[in-house]
Amino acid sequence: MAPLLELEEVHARYGPLEALHGVTLTVGEGEAVAVLGGNGAGKTTTLRAISGLVAASGEIRCGGERLARAPERVARSGIAHVPEGRGIFEELTVHENLRLGAYLDRRGFFENYERVCAHFPWLDRRRAQQAGTLSGGEQQMLAIARALMSRPRLLLLDEPSLGLAPIVVREIFRILGDLNEKEGLAVLVVEQNAKLALRSSSRAYVLEVGRVALEGPSSELAENESVRKAYLGY
Amino acid sequence: MSEFLQQVVAGLASGSIYALLALGIVIIYRSTGVVNFAQGEMATFTTFVAWTLVDHGVGYWGAFGLTLVIAFVGGIALERIVVRPVEGRPPINGVILTIGLFILLGGLSNWIWKAEVRSFPPSRPFPTSAWDLGGVAVSEQDAGILAVTLVLMTLLWLLFRYTKLGLALRASALNPVASRLVGIRVGWMLGLGWGLAAAIGAVAGLFTAAASPPLDPNMMRPVLIYAFAAAVIGGLESPVGAVVGGLVIGVVLNLISTYDTHLHLDLDRVRLPIALALILIVLLARPTGLFGRQVLRRV
Amino acid sequence: MSRLAAARALAAVLGFAASVAFILIAPHWDKVGDIKGAQMGTYFIAIVGLNIVTGYTGQISLAQGAFMAIGGYTTAFLVTHGVRDLWTIPVAALVAGVFGFLLGIPALRLSGLYLALVTFGLAVAMPDLIAWDKLGSLTKGGQSIQLFGSKHLLGQGFNDVTVLGHTMSFNRAVYYLTWTIALVLFVLAWLLLRGAPGRAFRAVRDSEIAAASSGVNIAGYKTVAFAIGAAYAGVAGSLLVIAVAFADPQSFPAKLSLTILVGAVIAGLGSMWGVLLGAAFVEFLPVASVHISKAQGVPDAIYGAALILLVLLLPAGIAGLLKRAASPLTTRLYTRS
Repeated sequence: MAPLLELEEVHARYGPLEALHGVTLTVGEGEAVAVLGGNGAGKTTTLRAISGLVAASGEIRCGGERLARAPERVARSGIAHVPEGRGIFEELTVHENLRLGAYLDRRGFFENYERVCAHFPWLDRRRAQQAGTLSGGEQQMLAIARALMSRPRLLLLDEPSLGLAPIVVREIFRILGDLNEKEGLAVLVVEQNAKLALRSSSRAYVLEVGRVALEGPSSELAENESVRKAYLGY
Repeated sequence: MSEFLQQVVAGLASGSIYALLALGIVIIYRSTGVVNFAQGEMATFTTFVAWTLVDHGVGYWGAFGLTLVIAFVGGIALERIVVRPVEGRPPINGVILTIGLFILLGGLSNWIWKAEVRSFPPSRPFPTSAWDLGGVAVSEQDAGILAVTLVLMTLLWLLFRYTKLGLALRASALNPVASRLVGIRVGWMLGLGWGLAAAIGAVAGLFTAAASPPLDPNMMRPVLIYAFAAAVIGGLESPVGAVVGGLVIGVVLNLISTYDTHLHLDLDRVRLPIALALILIVLLARPTGLFGRQVLRRV
Repeated sequence: MSRLAAARALAAVLGFAASVAFILIAPHWDKVGDIKGAQMGTYFIAIVGLNIVTGYTGQISLAQGAFMAIGGYTTAFLVTHGVRDLWTIPVAALVAGVFGFLLGIPALRLSGLYLALVTFGLAVAMPDLIAWDKLGSLTKGGQSIQLFGSKHLLGQGFNDVTVLGHTMSFNRAVYYLTWTIALVLFVLAWLLLRGAPGRAFRAVRDSEIAAASSGVNIAGYKTVAFAIGAAYAGVAGSLLVIAVAFADPQSFPAKLSLTILVGAVIAGLGSMWGVLLGAAFVEFLPVASVHISKAQGVPDAIYGAALILLVLLLPAGIAGLLKRAASPLTTRLYTRS
């Protein structure tokens, strides 16, 4: 069976600057995969290439078929992207944000809403609150909830822990773990917090300068000498 | 007192026209970030189209409806073809582009329809009689304009607040990237914004022609300024502000004209400078308009 | 001096010399003539002024025509009250400059598009303001101020004029007067913009926050830019009034402000090099359009379409085009040295 997501020799550029120099990675059905690397390694660009926000060459396949290169159509393929900076609609209410998350799946709205609120109960209580007034952690949770409203097969997450307090981050990753284990949601997480990322994933890739430098089971990478020195701090 | 109320009502009617045009300007600005200097000329052009339809035997209200559709489609086409390329660029590009459009449409109108004097609509769509509401004489035309405007505004409000399409339109204007990630075809939404604005403008043009015959190619020039004033006073991003601004300007200008005879300042001649002064006063107090969002910038 | 800088300097001098040559020859070419040539000169001056406000300092102003009106009416007023026309030009510059400064103060509070709309409002409102009875003592209300025949006007507005031993027609004299002033003002602007003030203006345009943290007095530079731009417009308006020997509210319609802005954009905002071409464009495109078709409305339609195409195809204006055309040359020189 074809993997859920496959990237083969993907190059991407911002104008004259090439950011990805041939990235190859896969995510299987229901897998939790992490992408690590320092600043400028190309982690965010990889996600943006997948969802079509940046022009990319090379093969990107979803379930064996070529993935469309426009964000609107990628969303239709069951891939939900929670970008860097969360990408919520700050001037709209919590409820409106969630309604937008369900844009493609009108009929399942109520069912999805209940499922999502089961993971984030406070969303229903604060449905009329303007999203921009939520705290950082709440905004991140709203962003994830919004992505879940479309019942995706694969969740792309860009630096979910950025700017959040450790206790909030732990809660978010706990929920992600639940989603992955109990509902079989595949997750591709880009994270600078390597320790957390490796603990929450089964496989990981380490990007350096736009290429995959290392890959393997997360447990192995966590023990890897160079990874420990560069990203885990010991 | 009844004279005063009468003038207020008349002012509200002309203000409705400014409000409609201003609303179109705000919708376009919110969705595509462009200030449409051609909004008035678009309205004039579509009004001439309506005249042509009536001239060929279509009934007034049929032509009215058909013109709205034509304007809607035209607006979408304009956005997709001409405006799309400048949407990400610095504001000066949009300014020059829409000024070019302003001149182009003016020239086209002149060429196609010449500058002959025409009366439009040929027979008044609203009866010329006036109602007496508690001692205040309200012309049926003014009442008609107010009523139609009110209905339109309500429909738009319902669209934006309660429908999925309206939500998608708002989202596309607020955060195009996030909108695309959610599956919205932002390009089409932006086109729709222009289509709506063009249709609303068409209504403004048709009302202007009805309120001040004959049909004259320059009829929307001053209206555009009052509409800009309304949009700016209300805050370029606030539809509510644009409507309130338009109504206020209509009433204020009308009252000034009426009471100027007592003041002997000949203010009727300087309506445009007064509108400008109003803009300046409001913007000095609130640089983003009365209802505008204060933009906080992260340093 | 590096090879590249030398090449640039040479190109600049050549360009300048070519422009001067063109200006000397132009009146003899019947397609141009004295009158259109002089008008192009006034546009040139106004465009240079607008470039300082909008191109270099980044404040979109659609009011240049309104300041031309102020300058023009200052001249008209003074000439009818006995002042020699040439002396009114600096006064017009000063008066317009003061009003420019006054506008610059509220402009500080307004961002990009709001400022554009306010200045547009000013441009549209100016004819009405001029025609207002209450200002009649200054502007004669809606009636025109005739300078034709005034002894304070060069050649009384129609006779031959003798300058430095040469006798020429009034129109020719106006032509040379306009372009002499235009060249002087151009050089002044160029000197100003090359130096620290120019850098400060651009700093304000590109990032107010960065400029402020570097100690640049934002408010000062912004208002001064408005004042200078308006002063230039004042000179242009003054020359316009002298050239046609009368002033009336319709001499300075809203369309004029738009024309000047278009000229500045075509030239390439923030660059001095395309200004001559920008002025030529706005002067001659309407004329050329009439040659294509005399049908009512077609010249405007062509003008509008040309503008739209220019924005879509040449976002950096003609100066941008010139730069791109010259870049193969300059790159070659650069890599060789």
